[in-house]
Order: sequence, then structure tokens, then C-alpha cells
Amino acid sequence: MSVLVWIAAILAALLAGGWAFRFAGQTATGNKPYFRDMPFAVAFGYVAAAAAILGGLWLWFQPGAVFFRWAVQGFVISAIAAFIFRLAGRHVGTEGTRKMFRQMPLTAAFGILVILIYAVLAIFAGVIAPYEQAQVFTGVNILPGGDPATGGDPAHPLGTDQIGRDLLTRLIYGAQNTVGIAFVTTCLAFLLGGTFGFLAAVIGGWLDNVLSRMVDVLMAIPSLIFALLLMTIASAWAGSQQWLLTIYMILIIAVIDSTRVFRLARAVGQNIVVMDYIEAAKLRGEGMSYLIFKEVLPNATAPLLAEFGLRFCFVFLTIAALSFLGVGIQPPLADWGTMVRDLAQFINFAQFSPLAAALPLMAAGAIALLTVAVNFVVDWMLHRSSGLKD
Amino acid sequence: MSDVLLTIRDLKIEGRSDEEWMPIINGIDLTLHKGEVLGLIGESGAGKSTVGLAAMGYTRDGVRISGGSVEFDGVDLVNAPLMKKRALLGKRIAYVAQSAAASFNPAHKIIDQHTEGPVRHGVMSEGESARDAMDLYERLRLPNPEEIGFRYPHQVSGGQLQRAMTAMAMSCRPDLIIFDEPTTALDVTTQIEVLAAIRDIVDQFGTAAIYITHDLAVVAQMADRIKVLLKGDEVEEAPTREMLDHPQEEYTRSLWAVRSFKRPAKPVPAGDATPVLSVQNVDASYGVTQVLFDVSFDIHQGRTVAVVGESGSGKSTTARCITGLLPPTSGVIQLDGEDLPLDYRKRSKDQLRQVQMIYQMADTALNPQKTIGEIIGRPVEFYMGLRGKARRDRVAELLNEIEMPPEQYIDRLPSELSGGQKQRVGIARALAAEPKFIICDEVTSALDQLVAEGILKLLARLQDDLKLSYMFITHDLATVRAIADEVVVMKDGEVVEQGPKADMFKPPHHPYTDLLLSSVPEMDPDWLTNLLEARGRENIGDAAVGRMDD
Repeated sequence: MSVLVWIAAILAALLAGGWAFRFAGQTATGNKPYFRDMPFAVAFGYVAAAAAILGGLWLWFQPGAVFFRWAVQGFVISAIAAFIFRLAGRHVGTEGTRKMFRQMPLTAAFGILVILIYAVLAIFAGVIAPYEQAQVFTGVNILPGGDPATGGDPAHPLGTDQIGRDLLTRLIYGAQNTVGIAFVTTCLAFLLGGTFGFLAAVIGGWLDNVLSRMVDVLMAIPSLIFALLLMTIASAWAGSQQWLLTIYMILIIAVIDSTRVFRLARAVGQNIVVMDYIEAAKLRGEGMSYLIFKEVLPNATAPLLAEFGLRFCFVFLTIAALSFLGVGIQPPLADWGTMVRDLAQFINFAQFSPLAAALPLMAAGAIALLTVAVNFVVDWMLHRSSGLKD
Repeated sequence: MSDVLLTIRDLKIEGRSDEEWMPIINGIDLTLHKGEVLGLIGESGAGKSTVGLAAMGYTRDGVRISGGSVEFDGVDLVNAPLMKKRALLGKRIAYVAQSAAASFNPAHKIIDQHTEGPVRHGVMSEGESARDAMDLYERLRLPNPEEIGFRYPHQVSGGQLQRAMTAMAMSCRPDLIIFDEPTTALDVTTQIEVLAAIRDIVDQFGTAAIYITHDLAVVAQMADRIKVLLKGDEVEEAPTREMLDHPQEEYTRSLWAVRSFKRPAKPVPAGDATPVLSVQNVDASYGVTQVLFDVSFDIHQGRTVAVVGESGSGKSTTARCITGLLPPTSGVIQLDGEDLPLDYRKRSKDQLRQVQMIYQMADTALNPQKTIGEIIGRPVEFYMGLRGKARRDRVAELLNEIEMPPEQYIDRLPSELSGGQKQRVGIARALAAEPKFIICDEVTSALDQLVAEGILKLLARLQDDLKLSYMFITHDLATVRAIADEVVVMKDGEVVEQGPKADMFKPPHHPYTDLLLSSVPEMDPDWLTNLLEARGRENIGDAAVGRMDD
């Protein structure tokens, strides 16, 4: 009950504050149009934001708020890194890229920076990682931080897992395995879904009907459960050959996700094929491949590219989820989903030892960070392709 | 002076593009008295609509008033507080947009949208306003004024919706209405009803109005005074008759002269000459609905046949039959005396090449991702087999042909061209196939009059140089007068009359041709009044068409 009273009191204080703020602004500026026409909701928003900042400052100095301080620090460092990256982009490179960086919001710069870092880590994992991904050390469950006083070890800056494998190494190789496989799978899904989607749009008629109904059937089954079912069958086929199972996984996820791509490609394609320039090309006597690749595809790249980014995230999360459930990427290959599952029990120690809880959070954070980064970039691309300004 | 309603002084407006504020209006003065109608004319991009909106103290997103004042009945609209403006807009100043279909909310009945304004402004109760709406519908000569308001916007025709919107603007009896091209999207026969309705109601209530349009003949009927704008500057302003009789400025005179473009008629071909294209007894249907009934006409070499009619009369469907996109259910289409396969997929490359098409909307007819060179180069490569330098030379030749310097335009994208230039590229693409016969589907209806005239002249010159035959689909009879040799009048999928142009513009006519011809606005300010008198009051537009069917 008292909580409700508190909330009501805070809300009332904010409302009063908003009114006072607007009134003060009106008197102080001599009724400038900005304050004069300011809706009450906006004034309330200013006051609420100020209150939230003050609350954050208070929380910062609470001794128990370790994760909050980490989050704020991470946020500030990311913002500064993104700012520097964008600044560099504005002064280095060709005229085209410099113009692109000038119009880029900070979120998109951050997304591109993160994706670049992941790409470098994934491609050069063998060079960058300090050890082999399957190498086992004697120190088990070493905490991150590298400080012996808090249970760390300078040789393993991010600690080791329950059988003594270096976590930094496995995070870096995880980028290669998880991200690499997700990328290949997404490309495959687009090849399948895009081709059939455009064919359905351009030819239409019975082909469109057959393909669309097949896709409907596939989409009617919940995708993760369907993938799990097929993976169980596939693991029986693959037997002891682990690499075969990975290939099956790529094919299964690609087919399931291609249904979504098919839908988009068909919808976008249908909007394009009714244009007069397609009619002009048809009347010229152009063939199907010219129509699809030279007339339709160039006009569909923007939405497809944006979908590629989103689809990549979903595929990536599906792989991590399958690995977490034990049917995805198989040990000894390092994978973020598996890492989260193996270290999950440490989350229980969060209250006593934040460092121990950080063990599973690192892999989970790697997944989250990439997803957020890709979404930032996709948002920006959608914004650009829709022609919106400001 | 006490009867001044609206004064605009040195109005400057800027628009934001590429992080910079660019001037749109560079200082315009405007005075409007009570009960007066001011016509605002100019090409697209002249800033007509921007001035119209600014007269309500409003600007579109990304546009701002950077200087000057707008004073409505003693209230400074530029600096007025939001609440004060809200009390004026809708109540004392109303706005009628170009597309009524896009301005009504499709989810609500017309009368519910009508009564919202008066109720919110506290002028009338909902019941009073609904009764008033029916009265207004009657004054605007809408059919069934008692029940039309209870329909949804998609259930009434475009012309009726435009009048319903005028009624809505009238709902609070405003002192000023701004009409932003209210009849541009309508057929000529429908346009008449709307014009007459607007003029009457503005007259009856003594409302002042700003009438924005690019059609001079329309503005001549509506306005007491005319102001001509060009690229954000005022060219001149004068009372209507004075402006029409003695335009002072060169630009105004060029606007006036557009409608005088006329090419000499060509000699009638010998009776036994084989026509380039012959349409014989063509029937066509969409699904089970038959849309063309026994359409026949011939087009001879070097001649232009104009196909005219309202929207829905089957003009464009005939074109689709000729190109083979919609195979006719019966009938024959001959090219040079030989039967063409009815489906375009069965035609040979050479047959496809001979029949080319130029589209109404150049925006959708050119692939936005391809450069001008690629767009024109593709048919050159596809039909003529030219590649590399030969192809580039031919494209340059074609660009010269359409009066666009190749070195400047060959690598541009369609989005970097103006509307008229895009239409020229569409013409060049058709020419690249070196056809005998070109279908021009409303090629000038989306363009300003000066630009349209340039396109017509270009088409006429190309016809003389290359001995082309045109089928010219249009609803604009001024265009027909300018360019056609023969005219085919269509209505409801049938040819109602056809013959040489000279005969068509001389009586006696088929009654429908007569209606079409007399509906084309003329520059004479008394034209509408005289016409309405001649036709009899209740006999205009819809009613006249309906009567003829009986």
C-alpha cells in the first residue's frame, strides 16, 4: 500500500514540477513562443527526465549497485567509441563514405563499429586468441578480472570454465563459429526465399499459389519447435559425424527462415511488377531473368538489405538457442549459446560475487551486443531507404 | 479600409533541404477584401500552395515562415498563440484540398466528418449541423442530399466528394476559404459541376476565397482578381478581365499563349492506302465484365489519331489490347495489313519493336535505379544489337533528338530530372526501338501547360521527321485541337463518333461529343455563366449524361 502512496506522491510532484517549470520558462523568457506553446506533456517530460538523471546519480553512489555502474560505464564508453569512430569516418576515406558518415546518427556509427570489431575477431580468431579453443588448463572456474586477490589469474583475463578452458579464447572463437555459421545460413535463406519470392511475384498465377501455400504450411509450425524436431531427426542421420550435423543445422534453419524472406520478396516484388517500366520491359520482349535481376532486384535492395540484418539476428539467436538446448553447434567447438548454458548456474551468485555472475553474462552480452548493433544499422538503413529526413 | 479581410506583407518562406534553408517564397504581398475571390496561378513549384497554406498561418513540415506578416481580420497569424489560431482555423478560415478522396477519413461517414468542426468550435449542435449539412448538400446540387451524407467516402464519386468537402469547409460559414486545385483531378464534365457549385455557394454566403490552380481557363471563371506567381515571386496582379485582355509581363503572355499551339492538319490519305495500324471489331473484357464493345478505327502513316473520353470510357483498355497486354476476346488488330497475334507473348521481336508506348506517369515508367543512358540504351542493344561505343553514340543521338544535351544527362538518374525531362526520356526510349507506331497514353496530363506544350511540339516534329503514327489517348480537348488529325470519341467502351478533326469540332455532333466539347473551359470569363444558362440549370454534368443514356 505504502508503495502505491509513494508512486502517487512522486507522480504528483512531477506534475506540479512540470507546471512550475513551464510557468517559470514563460516568465523568464518573456513568453517566447517555445514556452508559450509548450504542451504540458512536454514540460512534464523535461521534469521527469531531470528526476530520472538525479535518481541515476543517487544510485551510482550506492555501494551495492555494481551492475548499474558497469552498465553506465559500458554505455559511456560505447558512446565515446562510436563518436570517435564517426569523427574518424568523417575525415578519412572517399567523398562518398565521408558524406555517409556526416549524415549518420551515433547509434548507427556504434552498430557499424561493433559489427566491424566482431568481423575482425571472427576472421582472425586464430591469430588473436591467446590459446586453442579446446585447450584445457588446470585452473578451473577462475573468475574474470585477472586479479589473484579476487580469484582471478593474469594468464586468463576473462577466467576459465568448469573444465578449465580459457574463456577469452572461447569468446573469440565463438564469434567465428556462431557468427560465421549464422552468416552462411542467412545468405542461404535469402538465396532460397528471394529467388522463389521474386518468381512468385513476376510469374504469379498457379506458381505463386503453390509456393505461397507451401510457405504457409511451413510458417504454421512454430519455428523453434520445428527446428528442434528436425535437428533431432538430423542428429540420428549424422551419427557420430559432428560436422555433418552442423551442415544439417545450416540447411534446416535456412529453409525455415527462407519462408519469411519469401514473404517479403514476394510482397516487395508485387509492388514493383505493377510499375509501368516493368510493363515496358515485358512489351519489349525481355526474358524472365532480365526482368528479375535487372528491373526488379535493384529496386528491392533497400528493404531486402534491412531484412537481411534482422534475419541475421533471428538466425543467430536460433543457433544460440539450439546450442543452449544442446542440439546446435557441438563441442569441442566454442559457441556462445553453449557457453551460456554451461556457465548458467553462476548467475545464482550475483548477490555475493558480481564477478562470478559475470561468467555467463559475457557470452550472453556478446550475443545481445551484436543483436543491438545489427538492429541499429538496420534501423538507419530503413530510415535512409524510406527517404525520411531529420 | 474596413472591408479588408486578409493582408499578407512581404511574406518570406524557406524550406529545408540538405541541411540548408532554401527560400521558397521571396516576399509576396497580398490583400483580400471581404467576399472577393483571388485566383493564384503558376506552374508547379511556383509556391502557390505554400502561399495558400501560409494564409492560414500554417506551413508544411520542414518549411518555415522566415519573414513578413499574415494578418487575418486584425489577428497576426504568424505570431499568434496556438490556441488562438485553433479558434480561427476551420471556423473562420477553411481549406479545400486537391484530392478529396485522400482528405476524407475513409473510416467515418461523410456527415460525421462534416459535423465535427461546427460541434468542436461550438457553432452548432450536432443535430443542427447535420440539418445544415443536408441544406448545403442541396445547394451544392448533390443527388439525394438527405441521405448522401450517411455514406462512406468511397461510396460516392470523385466530383461528389469534392463538393461534399466544399460543404464541409462551409459548415462554420467561414469568412475565407482556400481552394487548392479542387478540380484538377476531375474529368472535364465533372469539373463543370464542381466549379458551378463552388461559385454559387461562395456567392450566396459572400465568402472570400483564394483559388489556387494552374488552369487559366478555370481561374478565369472563378476569380475577381488574378495573381501570377513564378518561382516564389509575384509576376503581376490585376482584375481578371484586365489580366486576360492585356497581360503586362512576358511570362504571363507565354502562359496565355500555350493554348494557341496548333499544327496544320495533314492531307487525308488515299482511300486505298493500307493503314499502319487497324483495329477491327475488337471486344475485350476483364474477367466476366465486358469493357470494350466492337471498337474499330484505322491509323495511317504519319498521322495522329486522338482517342478521347472520360475516365472509364475504355481509352486505355484499347491501348492494352493493341499492345497485347489484354488479348481481345474477339476482333482483329493489324499492323501494315498483317494480323498481329493478340497476346504480346506470341508476337515476334520485330512486331514488338514496331509498336511502342509512352506512359502517362513518367515517374513510374522509368526504372528509378537506372541511368538515362541505360534506360535508352537497353532497347538500342536489345533490338538493334548495338554495343559499346556504337550503343553510346546512338543514345547520344537520341538524346539530341529530344533536345537534352547527352554529355549533361546520359549518366543521371530519373530522380535528377524534372517531370518534362522524364517524359522526354520516355519518348526517347520509344524512339530507340525505331517503331512505326507509338501509343501516347495521356502523356501531357501530369505536366504543367508550358512543359506540356514543349512535349507536344517535340512529338509533332518527330512525327514529321520520322513519319511516325500516333495514337494519342487524352481527355484534354485542348490537346486534341493542338495535335490530332483524326478524333475517336469513346464512351462506356464504345466508339460514339469518329472522323477528321475539322469535322469533329464542327456541329452537328453526337450528344456526348457535344457535352465533352462544351465542357472544356475557355478563357472567356463569361463562359461558365453562358454555358450554364444554355444548358439550363439542373441540366449540367451527371444529370446531362444520365439523360442522354435514357
